[in-house]
Amino acid sequence: MSGRILIGTRKGSFIAEKGSAGWKLRLAGHAGTSVNFLAADPESGGLWAALGFGHWGAKLSRSTDGGQSWADASQIKYPAGARYLAPPDPDEEQEGGPTRFSLRDATLLKLWVIAFGPGGRIYVGTIPGGLFVSEDAGDSFELNRPLWNHDSRGGDLFNGEGSGKTHWFGTPASEGEFAAGIHSIEVDPRDPERILVAISTAGVLETTDGGKSWRGRNRGMTNDYLPDPNAEWGHDAHAIQLCKSDPNHVWQQNHVGVFYSSDGASSWKKVSQPEQGVHFGFPVAVDESDGRTAWLVPGVSDQQRMAIGGGLFVARTVDGGESWQQLRKGLPQESAYDVVYRHALASSGEAVAFGSTTGNLYVSGDRGESWQAVANNLPPIYSVRFG
Amino acid sequence: MPVVEWTSHLKTHFPVLGSGPLSLAGTTVAEVLADLERRAPGIGFYVTDELGRLRKHVNIFVDGEMVVDRKRLSDRVSETTRVLIMQALSGG
Repeated sequence: MSGRILIGTRKGSFIAEKGSAGWKLRLAGHAGTSVNFLAADPESGGLWAALGFGHWGAKLSRSTDGGQSWADASQIKYPAGARYLAPPDPDEEQEGGPTRFSLRDATLLKLWVIAFGPGGRIYVGTIPGGLFVSEDAGDSFELNRPLWNHDSRGGDLFNGEGSGKTHWFGTPASEGEFAAGIHSIEVDPRDPERILVAISTAGVLETTDGGKSWRGRNRGMTNDYLPDPNAEWGHDAHAIQLCKSDPNHVWQQNHVGVFYSSDGASSWKKVSQPEQGVHFGFPVAVDESDGRTAWLVPGVSDQQRMAIGGGLFVARTVDGGESWQQLRKGLPQESAYDVVYRHALASSGEAVAFGSTTGNLYVSGDRGESWQAVANNLPPIYSVRFG
Repeated sequence: MPVVEWTSHLKTHFPVLGSGPLSLAGTTVAEVLADLERRAPGIGFYVTDELGRLRKHVNIFVDGEMVVDRKRLSDRVSETTRVLIMQALSGG
């Protein structure tokens, strides 16, 4: 189990470290700045932070000394000619013909998730939906064009107007503009050329050739917010995660419920149990060793995105979603309305940790059976990762 | 040469600039920013986006007046112009 937890919050990066006297927390950088994601490269040990300055925009930050000091990394920028289709502004004038999607020049709206592959590969998921890849440990990043040019988002918009139609819609997590975002990037530990990404609001895609081509992986996912609930695209996957030791097991917390795959995302099965409170939420964490064990932090519903009944609990399954337990020991059971964002739940060995937008950080050392509050007054927590 | 000053917030991110002000080359705000970028690599992406547009919550004042062309920063500057780069009052 990693003895360090990396916490990205609305007002800075925090690090919690386990010592003989318990967990000790410190402000590790970016004081006053929004940190959407904070993670460690397992190969190099370097720390990476996805910052969101209200004034200066999204910026990538890195530390090579365990968070003692930080510097701007090579910045993620959309290349000239990168465009995406979006519904026209109400004020927009279109010439001739029926109303159609508009072409917009892409600029970086948000850095949302960072993932690592072997040999210095770093992946960054962004809003408005671009995947950026570094092959040189972060010295430079490039937009993955096959995903950007995918048929589901209208085709190659660098050259021409494509199909004129996109199936990638916006996420409320976008800032300023309602645009799509990549929030989950899962590199298969068996084969680094195989990667799953999940997008709000489009669905899940997979590459098996290192990003040269991508295909949808949404079979079995349903959608309560489209006329056709079995549509191939338009899914609001909130988070996906695969089991490190057995990547055929993949879990998904979706806007419409919880989905589980035991065939590497080739097909999904809905495993929500609303009577157990297992339905709505943002994050999901999968046991590193056992792909049938996963944790969630449920919210009431789409309309009430907060803890259920004023009592905070973590839901856990050990049988692939056939049954769920509500784990409450050590968590507040009165007047507790914590909301946990999609990157703010993580597991490592026997340990599980989560942080809420009310600034509470909870850690369990026994797979969720019992919890302790490590902090109660942090800024709103956006991201929790062991590393 | 036009003289450029900037918010202390930017100095925090780019200490190489010092407190200013700096005399920079350029006949438009965009050109002045390009010269600023040469002095402090990376600062351009703090002030503008990839398309060169002034960021929504950043203001540039040219002799006390807010810049007009936020898209291309084509506002002209003279040898005596004072340019001020400020963050807008916003946040939470």
